[in-house]
Amino acid sequence: FCLENTDPRMRGRGIQLLSHVLLQCYSLLQEKEVLHLVLFYESRLQDNHLVIPSVLQGLRALSMCEVLSPGLAVSVLKAIFQEVHVQSLLQLDRHTVYSIITNFMSTREEELKGLGANFTFGFIQVMDGEKDPRNLLVAFQIVHDLIAKDYALGPFVEELFEVTSCYFPVDFTPPPNDPHGIQREDLILSLRAVLASTTQFAEFLLPLLIEKLDSELQSAKLDSLQTLTACCAIYGQKELQEFLPSLWSSLRREVFQTASEKIETECLAALRALSACLSRSVLSSDSEDLLDSFLSSILQDCRHHLCEPDMKLVWPSAKLLQAAAGASLRTYHRITHSVLPLLLEQHTKHTQSSQRRTILEMLLGFLELQQKWGHVEEDESPLLSHQAPVCSVVFSALLDPSVQLQLVGIKALTVLGSLQGFLSSSNLELVVDHLIRLALHEEDSQSSEAAMEAAGSLAPTYPKVFSGHMVPRLEEELQSGRAGKGESYHKRHSLQQRCLQALAAVSTHTSIVKETVPILLQHLQKVQKGTEAKNTQDVISVCQSLHRVALQCQQDAEGCWYFHQTVMPCLLAMAVQAAMPESSHTLPGKALLEEEVLAAMIPVISAATTHLSPELAAQSVSHVVPLFLDGDVSFLPQNSFPCSFQPFRDGEHLEAQRRLVALLMAFVCSLPRDVAIPQQEWLLRELLALSCSCNCPFTATTAAKCFAGLVNKHPAGQQLDEILQLAVNRMEPSLAEGPRRTQALTLLLWVTKALVLRYHPLSSCLTDKLLGLLGDMELGPATADGFSLLMAESPDVLHKGCHADVRIMFRQRFFTDNVPKLVQGFHGAGPDVKANYLKGLSHVLNHLPKPVLVTELPTLLSLLLEALSCSDHVVQLSTLSCLHPLLLEAPQIMSLHVDTLVTKFLNLTSSPTMAVRIAALRCAHALTSLPTTVLLPYKGRVIRALAKPLDDKKRLVRKEAVAARGEW
Amino acid sequence: VSPQVNDAQSTVSVEFTPTIPHCSMATLIGLSIKVKLLRSLPERFKLDVHITPGTHASEHAVNKQLADKERVAAALENSHLLEVVNQCLSARS
Repeated sequence: FCLENTDPRMRGRGIQLLSHVLLQCYSLLQEKEVLHLVLFYESRLQDNHLVIPSVLQGLRALSMCEVLSPGLAVSVLKAIFQEVHVQSLLQLDRHTVYSIITNFMSTREEELKGLGANFTFGFIQVMDGEKDPRNLLVAFQIVHDLIAKDYALGPFVEELFEVTSCYFPVDFTPPPNDPHGIQREDLILSLRAVLASTTQFAEFLLPLLIEKLDSELQSAKLDSLQTLTACCAIYGQKELQEFLPSLWSSLRREVFQTASEKIETECLAALRALSACLSRSVLSSDSEDLLDSFLSSILQDCRHHLCEPDMKLVWPSAKLLQAAAGASLRTYHRITHSVLPLLLEQHTKHTQSSQRRTILEMLLGFLELQQKWGHVEEDESPLLSHQAPVCSVVFSALLDPSVQLQLVGIKALTVLGSLQGFLSSSNLELVVDHLIRLALHEEDSQSSEAAMEAAGSLAPTYPKVFSGHMVPRLEEELQSGRAGKGESYHKRHSLQQRCLQALAAVSTHTSIVKETVPILLQHLQKVQKGTEAKNTQDVISVCQSLHRVALQCQQDAEGCWYFHQTVMPCLLAMAVQAAMPESSHTLPGKALLEEEVLAAMIPVISAATTHLSPELAAQSVSHVVPLFLDGDVSFLPQNSFPCSFQPFRDGEHLEAQRRLVALLMAFVCSLPRDVAIPQQEWLLRELLALSCSCNCPFTATTAAKCFAGLVNKHPAGQQLDEILQLAVNRMEPSLAEGPRRTQALTLLLWVTKALVLRYHPLSSCLTDKLLGLLGDMELGPATADGFSLLMAESPDVLHKGCHADVRIMFRQRFFTDNVPKLVQGFHGAGPDVKANYLKGLSHVLNHLPKPVLVTELPTLLSLLLEALSCSDHVVQLSTLSCLHPLLLEAPQIMSLHVDTLVTKFLNLTSSPTMAVRIAALRCAHALTSLPTTVLLPYKGRVIRALAKPLDDKKRLVRKEAVAARGEW
Repeated sequence: VSPQVNDAQSTVSVEFTPTIPHCSMATLIGLSIKVKLLRSLPERFKLDVHITPGTHASEHAVNKQLADKERVAAALENSHLLEVVNQCLSARS
């Protein structure tokens, strides 16, 4: 009886109840019930306006019914179009209407199409004057569907266009704290999808776009350009014909005049899209070729600017031409045909290197486009007909004394080389000669490096030429450099360095690698025999070259295996030879056993190993591990050693052999995880013993790292637990007391890192131990520094590149687990060890990703502020570097502490350590990002205090001080 | 702009050349240079900013204005002028 109540309010509530019920259970309704309900609701539409919202809700529920009988959808929509004045409803109810239409469109497409253009017209009326962005998004979607699904638009095309285009360009800023999260971008994109969806809009849309393009508003320009680009995807020349001249003139004006890079990019994109669109459309025989006339107008407007390489308009014109040329092969031919001769002519006319550089850069742009269209076709390409002059232009650039011009020349050379079949063989030899000259003898390191890069990128295309010409030349130079012909030592040395670099750079193809690697190894063998200090440097540079080669052939299975097979045994043999006890009385002079040299060899071996396939790696590991465990030298070349190789045996004279554990580490820690290591248990035990007992810190650390690297990859299970237990048992007594506490600490740190990375349950026990050690008088500072080791990425072991088991977010996890303990420990610690906790904490914070840091900040801030007054400058420095990003990113929280911050920073600007002064000044600079109202009270004080560091004796400090004070 | 610095005697002297002899911005340019130096140099330095001789029509008048401490201080009290100077000095970002 509610439904029959005379009070419309009561009726409304009745219907509301019914509608809510329907919304819950629409899927259960029978066809007849639906019919009945629909008729009822339709009649209700004529009721009082208070009732309408609930009626619409009900209809929406019904529109989702699957059993709606045919014909009903049409009648519902008709009723709505007729009876309801949509624009007078509230936003929510309008939304309901749109939902009803969307529902019907998705399920009853056929029926609605039966309505013909009436449906479109009805919808236009519904949508007309819509203002709410939420509804607009839905409405745009409906219009897009109308067009995309081919509904009859009939005579209402223009109306439909009007009703949507009136929102163009979208000018909408979401209100602050808007719960619906509709962004301007959403509206722009959905409107663009509508406008660019049909060619029928073209005649209305293009004038609109041109008009908006001519407007002053940046955003309007951008939006119209992007829409134009989108339209070109479906338009043909028929639609564009009429508007081409004005479109071109607008685009030209924008590119020539605009200051905004964004608009320029969009203009060029639009131009490219236009030309692509024109070159796509099929020509009918009677109409003139629009593309041709369009391109001629572009050429006509741009050509003469190219002739003045000093003028401002050169680059815009070149860019326009390149954009048009980049549209299709046809446009490319047409434009280069006319532009290339012009550029070449200009090159001869202008002789200044800056002008030539501009011309060459433009030329380069066109050459790069040719690359995009693939190989040069036999007779068609305009480029081929100008081959000789283009080459001579590029070569002359390479000979020019100006470095900038050389650089462009080298780039152009690279592009030319990559065009298959463009360079003839004689030209190629010339190219190689030029590259060698530039790489070895050019004074400027920039062009020498660029030449090496170019050689590297061209080598895979012409491996024969490079291995036949360049490699022998380099080898010759390398040897002559060593022999020395009266030139100064320094000059010879740098030439040798260049040779090594060039050899490495050119090794980008397997066949070349096979020639360069023996040369490098031979060189290494010769160099390592010397005993002078400079030899160390030489050996290191050979190793660096080898490393570069290794990195370049990692991706190529054959090259990688070749490299591994050749280099590994050779390096190991040399090292073992050097470590033989007979020669051990000259140990300090042995270049190969220096720590730096071993450290340089580690990346070579590591890079040669990481990309091996498991089978090959297993083959290799079966040689290397016995070498270290049993002294089995049979796989090494020249394996006639006077004495056995037993790095794990005790004995004073074996000190040198033990150092080679570094090479073992480089190898086994870089193996893929699924390669089984023979006699792993034994190896682990030996490593453990070595790391705890060795006196040499280098050896002990490497052994600990190697142990950690293996433990990290060891499959979980009883075996692993046993090994770990063994390690813990071994560490504990030496940690507690004795002469080897530092070694034990190093081992503990590395093992902890290995376990933290893989979330091993034992890791928390080990970190607790570390936390306990922070309170130790002797080991505390070292432990605190160890926290940075735990959190940082280590360069040689335990990172993703060498297949270590690294879980995501281990840093965050470590942070949440351990920071409370650190804080607690800090509060409970004695005054002389407090600094250790702070140091540890600041190391952890330093390596934490910034977003996490910002959220965790408030709880830690007071502690950090305390850390600032700590006297240790490492703590100060790392705290300052923590606070710096926070000042920039969380000014709200920081402004609560502004008083303390200002005082502390200003005090630190007179710290005796330069780095701290700089950091403090940077923070003081960053303080200016806090709200002005907070800062004003301190202004005078800060400016006065900052006057002092202005007179600092270090330039870097003065620089920061000037920046900070200027900002204040 | 050509500066001469004497660290021992704590003096800095800057000569600048306006774009044209009638450049109306000469005073503002001089003032901006002066303010930047005031902010960036320790207090012990004595500043002297003046126009390169013979490059400006009213060279003498401008130099006099720039050398006058009172006038410089007064100019910086003027909030509008200070804003203009700050605009001149703000780093291009």
